[in-house]
Amino acid sequence: MSRILVLLAVSACVAAAPALAGPGDLGGAEKQPINVIAIGMFFAFVMGTLGITYWASRRTKSAADFYTAGGGITGFQNGLAIAGDYMSAATLLGLSSMVFAKGFDGFIYTISFFVGWPIILFLLAERLRNLGRYTFADIASYRLDQSKIRTFAAIGSLTVVCFYLIVQMVGAGQLIKLLFGLDYAVAVIIVGVLMVIYVTFGGMIATTWVQIIKACLLLGGGVLLCILALSRFGFSLEAMAAKAVASHSDGIKLMGPGTLLADPVSAVSLSLGLVFGTAALPHILMRFFTVPNAREARKSVFVASGFIGFFFLVVCVLGLAAISIVGTDPQFFEGGKVGGKLLGGGNMPVMHLAKALGGNLFLGFLSAVAFATILAVVSGLALAGASAIAHDIYARVMRKGHATEAEEMRVSKLSSLVLGVLAVVLGIMFEKQNVAFLVGLTFGIAASANFPVLFLSMYWRGLTTAGALWGGLAGLVSAVTCVVLSKAVWVVVLNNPAPIFPYEHPALFSMTLAFLVTIVVSKLDNSASAKAERSRFDDQCVRAQTGIGAAAASNH
Amino acid sequence: MPESMIYARVRSNPKFHELVRKRSRLAIALSVIVLGAYYTFMMIVAFAPDMLRTPLSQGSNLTVGVPVGTAIIVISWLLTGLYSHFANGEFEALNNDVVREVLE
Repeated sequence: MSRILVLLAVSACVAAAPALAGPGDLGGAEKQPINVIAIGMFFAFVMGTLGITYWASRRTKSAADFYTAGGGITGFQNGLAIAGDYMSAATLLGLSSMVFAKGFDGFIYTISFFVGWPIILFLLAERLRNLGRYTFADIASYRLDQSKIRTFAAIGSLTVVCFYLIVQMVGAGQLIKLLFGLDYAVAVIIVGVLMVIYVTFGGMIATTWVQIIKACLLLGGGVLLCILALSRFGFSLEAMAAKAVASHSDGIKLMGPGTLLADPVSAVSLSLGLVFGTAALPHILMRFFTVPNAREARKSVFVASGFIGFFFLVVCVLGLAAISIVGTDPQFFEGGKVGGKLLGGGNMPVMHLAKALGGNLFLGFLSAVAFATILAVVSGLALAGASAIAHDIYARVMRKGHATEAEEMRVSKLSSLVLGVLAVVLGIMFEKQNVAFLVGLTFGIAASANFPVLFLSMYWRGLTTAGALWGGLAGLVSAVTCVVLSKAVWVVVLNNPAPIFPYEHPALFSMTLAFLVTIVVSKLDNSASAKAERSRFDDQCVRAQTGIGAAAASNH
Repeated sequence: MPESMIYARVRSNPKFHELVRKRSRLAIALSVIVLGAYYTFMMIVAFAPDMLRTPLSQGSNLTVGVPVGTAIIVISWLLTGLYSHFANGEFEALNNDVVREVLE
């Protein structure tokens, strides 16, 4: 979606958003007058969530509480939290503006964003829950070499977390400057400080509830706006479409597939990156460890995909409504020139729609929700990063499992503090940079370096440590190379005339390569340790299927 | 009883193999339906977009693509419900049987 709308991409909190993000001018957000209503509502959100953090901090006693809320989140709650991770400012702003600008093509993107979820349920959810404890490295290293695979998986997670954090921080700064009228640096520091407070004091319990509350606010706001919009057209989608067709320069072509996805290679590569990149994002994966058992894990994906699908359809209706309501109103265009540049940039249609239908109060509410969204996502990222450092690298690799729980907790809190400082510093450093390429990179790395190892470790007996390492490395290098040679970096950042890699998303190529290398190297590996690793597959399979021996919920 | 012995006993339990067979069959079938529907849709977008541009009825501004796209989202969600229904019902009961028989 947001190729066009970078800002949004950036602000994108969702896993998915990034994949669609493209080049654009990030530095362009202009500071608006201070928006008192928006700040007031955001302040109320912060107060409420700090209260929750205080409550959560008193329940966060063990490492399991900190990383996974003690496995005590119900399937329904976790479903809402997952939906919250996926329904970000990026989806609300980005997908609706995509429909606003491109009509049906925006709808196709929306569908592509969605279809990964059923697949995650069918192929991954129960195995993730049964095999994992705190991090995805737990699963990848289950029957392979602990130190090597854990280190590689943790580095993969941290890379994804850091790139994604930069994207979020820059997006937060720009969005808040635009919507609230605060300074960029102030916005970035507010996000960083709140994130560290939520994570270090409230751990996964606070992070989950912040996400749940935000998901409800976003769903409620989106649905209310949708009802207001439909009421303008006598609750008739046909009437809304007729008005949109009459107002848009594309006319009736708006309602069918256009040129955006005419190239099937791009379309497939995009959807592979979205589907499997999502399935390997550390902050999404860790949500599967917060429920007590595989049963609740399945239920959470069912709940999450219901909310996500419903919200996406609502967002598309909002985009369609905006075409006639926002697209023909001079007050929303620079210089009052209808059809020119939208005030605040291309990803603002839904914000303008809120103002047109609900006045400044609704606009303020939606702005506050967008800020809250970013906050919720960065907290999840920081927690995922902290668990990779503390659980994988410190406790398992450096201390070989001999660290006490208190030591591990201390390291994880320290790590989230360090990640917070790092996020603020990088966020400020990258203020004027175009970071859209980081979005493609994040998804490319997740799908190509992390996903093949995760998937094959659960599904293929033949996987060996050497195969996983070489395959992961091949995926990592090829994903980075493709992104660097693609338009987003080669042309936009490095100012070359034409991209060497013609597609925007590397997944089709880099993921395929990663799978191939993993399989070939594993097949050629006849060492004694490889044989032992293969023989452990049977036990792993029993645990993955039945949950016998799986980490249980702690009591509370 | 050490874990490896438990796992060996699970593997020799016919109900375990029944569970794996049934659940995998459903998971694979549903994945094929969802991915098949989605990629068919994407191929129509790429190679036969006019099919999706057909108006729903004479003079309508809504096209066939709108209900088709909506159906992909709604149906694939309903399939997650179907999977959860069987996996959390019949298969879970089977799973619990296996666990009980092995651990007693």
